[in-house]
Amino acid sequence: MHPAPSVILFTTLSGFGFGLLFFLGLGLPDVSGVVAFVFFAIAYALAVGGLLASTFHLGHPERAMKAFSQWRTSWLSREGCCAVAALLVMGLYAIGPVFLDTVWPVIGLIGAGLSLATVFTTSMIYTQLKTIPRWNMPLTPALFLGYALAGGALLAGQETLATALLIIAGAIQLAYWAKGDQAFAASGTSLGTATGLGDRGTVRAFEPPHTGTNYLLREFVHVVGRKHSQKLRIIGFALGFALPLLLLVLPFDGLVLKHIMALVAVLSHLAGVACTRWLFFAEAEHVVGLYYGKR
Amino acid sequence: MTELPLSTTRKMGLVIDLDTCVGCHACVISCKGWNTENYGAPLSDQDPYGSDPSGTFLNRVHSFEVQPPACVAQPAPAAQLVHFPKSCLHCEDAPCVTVCPTGASYKRVEDGIVLVNESDCIGCGLCAWSCPYGARELDLAAGVMKKCTLCVDRIYNDNLPEEDRIPSCVRTCPSGARHFGDLGDPESDVSKLVAEREGFDLMPEMGTKPVNKYLPPRPKDQIEDQIDILAPLLAPVAEQGDGFLGWLDKALDKLPGGAN
Repeated sequence: MHPAPSVILFTTLSGFGFGLLFFLGLGLPDVSGVVAFVFFAIAYALAVGGLLASTFHLGHPERAMKAFSQWRTSWLSREGCCAVAALLVMGLYAIGPVFLDTVWPVIGLIGAGLSLATVFTTSMIYTQLKTIPRWNMPLTPALFLGYALAGGALLAGQETLATALLIIAGAIQLAYWAKGDQAFAASGTSLGTATGLGDRGTVRAFEPPHTGTNYLLREFVHVVGRKHSQKLRIIGFALGFALPLLLLVLPFDGLVLKHIMALVAVLSHLAGVACTRWLFFAEAEHVVGLYYGKR
Repeated sequence: MTELPLSTTRKMGLVIDLDTCVGCHACVISCKGWNTENYGAPLSDQDPYGSDPSGTFLNRVHSFEVQPPACVAQPAPAAQLVHFPKSCLHCEDAPCVTVCPTGASYKRVEDGIVLVNESDCIGCGLCAWSCPYGARELDLAAGVMKKCTLCVDRIYNDNLPEEDRIPSCVRTCPSGARHFGDLGDPESDVSKLVAEREGFDLMPEMGTKPVNKYLPPRPKDQIEDQIDILAPLLAPVAEQGDGFLGWLDKALDKLPGGAN
């Protein structure tokens, strides 16, 4: 799949934002006034920024409102509805700690649930696609939820929770890579089933339908950069999980140093997530590539 | 809504004969010609006369080589070239319809044709992601999804002569490799053709239940047996010529330089 920068930016940032909103909804960290305002502002900037970025790859962004209508069948529509509901409920909840120095735990819980549901619906957009075997498995929603919770806990400054969640998310990522590498072969789809000619012999793409490229090849067949995928996995894992964990576990003296190290951990994790998210798209192979003798 | 109809009155679709298709791409051109100036946004080209031309097509013809495995009867079987036209299969369980967030994609109850309402399409591309066959292409000029309409503006068009009320690709095919009809009616010509020739689905494991069917190519490497049957009749009758040609043959042999 073509790793569109807008979609990578969207899933990375909004995952972070809704992850942070989830913890804010649970009252973590327990802050009020200006500090609470800063936390909510960061969460909204990430979540809304991500949602806006996602409209950049639309052919007709001005019709985006229509996308709220098909929640009965479409995960993309459900994601839009969940995102707006989460942002509205959490906006209402934020009024408490920011302006009135009170918390409304029920609204917070609902908002936290909707925030997590948004991340889940985002992941289901990819998981539902049988055409991309690497995405079409239960580990995909686990991966997105794991990332959002780990990133959210890190941003919310929940050191103990963040440590545990980073270990869990890292483990899910490793499992996802291990299982994802087998997924295309396990799906049973080959050029033989794609053409229906497989039981007659070995099928080979002899001549493509056109000499140039087309939308399908640009969108679904991305081979550039895949050769570096092993290196990028190591870089992404080191930045996303190993370094933040190290910074969380190592004892630092002094509040300033602790805050600086927390910032480094967050930025390192963000860079690592962006890297693994790029891989999520670049490594995904669409079955339509088979017709072109490509993956 | 993008909910699929539980059943459709008819299942209009195409039957494509891989045995007959000669790979001339006439269906590709006639499809583009008809559909760029009729239903919906035109099928645009990008850089058509430049160094990197590309464009939107609703129908494309691939060519595949099938190499049969060696066996006792055929120790060195010949590979077979199969031309393979591919367009929307108007699936009964069309994933492209249900994923659409705006309701732009829909499947018609009356004939099962899968269409895009272009004024509702936001161009997110998710329907193309969900299609295993590569049947949908986002038009870069219009920013909306384009796909085969089964020439919905021809097949019911009273302004056209009756013989033209079939999809453009079917009307154009010079080798009769494309057939159009109701695949939901077991008594229709296309259904009988599929039953007789053992037509098949593409990627049945995807669970899309395509309406369009493909007819398998007949094995062509048996033709050597037929040549053997005719061979005795084609053998030279006289090895040594006589008459004028015989004299000429001998005379030429006697010239310096020898015979071949």
